[in-house]
Amino acid sequence: MEYVSLVLISHSKEVAEGLKKILNQVQPDVKVAAAGGADGEIGTNALAIKEAIESVYSEKGVVILFDLGSAHINAELALEMLGEDKDVRIADAPLVEGAYAAVVEAGMGSSLEEVVQSSERARNLKKMND
Amino acid sequence: MVLDVEKAARWIHRLNGKIQEQKQYLTDLDQAIGDGDHGINLARGFQEAANAISANSYQDLGALCKDVAMTLIGKVGGASGPLYGTAFMKLSMAWKGQKEIDREALAKGFKDALEGLKMRGKAQPGDKTMIDVWEPAVAYMAGEGPLNGEELASVAKEKMEGTKELEAKKGRAAYLGKRSIGHIDPGAASSYLLFSTLAEVIGEGESA
Repeated sequence: MEYVSLVLISHSKEVAEGLKKILNQVQPDVKVAAAGGADGEIGTNALAIKEAIESVYSEKGVVILFDLGSAHINAELALEMLGEDKDVRIADAPLVEGAYAAVVEAGMGSSLEEVVQSSERARNLKKMND
Repeated sequence: MVLDVEKAARWIHRLNGKIQEQKQYLTDLDQAIGDGDHGINLARGFQEAANAISANSYQDLGALCKDVAMTLIGKVGGASGPLYGTAFMKLSMAWKGQKEIDREALAKGFKDALEGLKMRGKAQPGDKTMIDVWEPAVAYMAGEGPLNGEELASVAKEKMEGTKELEAKKGRAAYLGKRSIGHIDPGAASSYLLFSTLAEVIGEGESA
């Protein structure tokens, strides 16, 4: 079965790599790429993001999750450099919870739209009971 | 002719020199209202860009600007990398295949670059960003009268200083709200350097 793939962007290489490890354990069938840091320092890099997308590209689509501000700007730039014929979406979701929801949804063989929606729903997830 | 490949290379080297000189100042501005990496990031990016264009000889303004763009996109980790990278990419597209350009082409390139910045950063005039310098500077370039380097630099300077009174609406500074008032925007400050060095180079002779 083909799955939607995920790309994780963080200002920190370790955050992106660490989250990738969590997701691989949850759902080993879904391809996940980490694009963290910029040239080994804190930051994000559009070229690294573009390569990450290409490394896990799936005909079913790719969902990008990001941490803060400039990661979004670089994600959009990476998408422009990739060209318009690629099925890649940026999810407006918290990075960790959104990626967790996305990998579970993608692992069920869901569509690109469904994976985006699941990850974006993680914005309203309550983590503690009242 | 207002700009050719030789002058454009001189512009990038001059801009890099200014950024290295004012690295601490730009970082201080960013520490006040941002995440404190503006000077460091731009110093690294423009040093690499200056090195990249020194390693080549160009017959085409488009190719020169493209190398600057790709270096900034690849080497600058903060928001300023993709923003300045996008601006230089738009310049490279507008000036593709041109060895020298007249004022009209100069203004066209910068108009495209400004549109690219607005699209990428989703900022508008008044948001306390680089757009507050770019918009009036580009309007001056596209204006009717003769292109005067000193006037261009003074427009950019005045608008850069004007960002002090504005409340930030974009980027990390927006989290501060009204507390961002009283500080010059770091992106506006680096944009002033970009336009003031361009203005100098335009005002100079063929190979000063």
